[in-house]
Amino acid sequence: MDILFLLIPLSVGLAFLILGALAWAIWRGQFDSIEAEGERILRSD
Amino acid sequence: MNDNPAASLPAPQYSDTVIRQFSLAAVLWGVVGMLVGVFIAAQLAWPELNFGVPWLSYGRLRPLHTNAVIFAFGGCGLFATSYYCVQRTSHVPLFMPRLASFTFWGWQAVIVAAAISLPLGYTTGKEYAELEWPIDILITLVWVSYAVVFFGTIGTRRVRHIYVANWFYGAFILAIAILHVVNSAEVPAGWMKSYSAYAGVQDAMIQWWYGHNAVGFFLTAGFLGMMYYFIPKQAERPVYSYRLSIVHFWALIFTYMWAGPHHLHYTALPDWTQSVGMLFSLILLAPSWGGMINGMMTLSGAWHKLRDDPVLRFMIVALSFYGMATFEGPLMSIKTVNSLSHYTDWTVGHVHAGALGWVGLITMGCLYFLIPRLFGQKKMHSVAAIEAHFWIATIGIVFYIAAMWIAGVMQGLMWRAINPDGTLTYTFVESVKATYPFYVVRAIGGLLYLGGMLIMAWNTWMTVARGHAPRIAVPMPQAA
Repeated sequence: MDILFLLIPLSVGLAFLILGALAWAIWRGQFDSIEAEGERILRSD
Repeated sequence: MNDNPAASLPAPQYSDTVIRQFSLAAVLWGVVGMLVGVFIAAQLAWPELNFGVPWLSYGRLRPLHTNAVIFAFGGCGLFATSYYCVQRTSHVPLFMPRLASFTFWGWQAVIVAAAISLPLGYTTGKEYAELEWPIDILITLVWVSYAVVFFGTIGTRRVRHIYVANWFYGAFILAIAILHVVNSAEVPAGWMKSYSAYAGVQDAMIQWWYGHNAVGFFLTAGFLGMMYYFIPKQAERPVYSYRLSIVHFWALIFTYMWAGPHHLHYTALPDWTQSVGMLFSLILLAPSWGGMINGMMTLSGAWHKLRDDPVLRFMIVALSFYGMATFEGPLMSIKTVNSLSHYTDWTVGHVHAGALGWVGLITMGCLYFLIPRLFGQKKMHSVAAIEAHFWIATIGIVFYIAAMWIAGVMQGLMWRAINPDGTLTYTFVESVKATYPFYVVRAIGGLLYLGGMLIMAWNTWMTVARGHAPRIAVPMPQAA
């Protein structure tokens, strides 16, 4: 089961990347006016 | 249009040629993949249809069927809709449109290579990853290009917000890249022969981590992206709860990665790994149904549209099959249930509920939305034909699933039946004989589904024949 020494750090690293993506999205205002974004695709093409 | 003198350059146009190509290819490969499916279903009932010819044998044609319907039909549908959605929601044409064109021709080359090599018997033996190593390299090249085009388009977007569908498409693209590279790691031993980098139960785990995430990211996340853009567009209503779409997205992509071991219950895989797979598969029910409910409730206040709009009906019924399959899946991931269902036709029924019901119907609905618009038409050549397609396909699905449910449970019960003295009650061949009528019904169901696809092909041909390829300008921001 030595592969776990690679797999666990790799998975934790990947989890941090994903959390980073979520943090980026929140910090960059992706979720600021949610309902309006849902409507936006109907207005323009 | 704005008449700002500063905007003297013509507005850029959307890169729709590649979308036209992928859309038509999806229809073509749908017919081909389903035709192979009907043929192999018939072979299970009437083995004479193998004709003693190696390249028509069931063992070689089955992976041709799975690859054709998943990667050729489903794949072209995903390419077409993702390229359409990302441009329209970002208000920019595709990043590196010639690279996008390479993804089309490269993907068709992969499909043709599969269609030739699989019947000839070249296979890695890994399910949904049967293609040998030279084709795997081509897939990697196409996929990296796809990622560059898709994420490049998002990176150069003019709309700050990234619409939720693009998150689903993006997760699908990244996950498939990781899955393909890891699972297809192999050591070549000849031009069309390789050995997996893994062995034994480790290989089995990697394979089913891949296999289940092919379902979770290729067949689920990708098509949820499709759903989140095209259902609101067709229903002319926004997503029911944008908030929910974000929450269930993150829950879904996290949970799916762990469900793979449910394919390996009661095998040599360690017990704790099997338990992890079962647990996360059960948890997965929640984010999956979040997506289903969100898509369906988008019609809140507009249910009457289902009466007259068969395109919308395709999309909503697709979601109901998605809900059914994502309830059935967790159920079958429970070890006790799995001890009955594993290796039976119940698994096949489950797969096809998701494949014909969810993936097939949502792709068809979205193509029916896309194709007229891509060819300068208001709607498809014949709305009556869309209606006919819907009913024939749905009835076909019901025949298919019902036959496989009955066959599967019957097989499971027969295989475990024990006499008072501890001997098995039935021989294996007795269960094969008992399954025969259900194989016939399933072939009929598949034939109906293929028939619906042929109607779609005809309708598409008629629509394109009298259409043209419009140049659609990207909306530009108005001058202040």
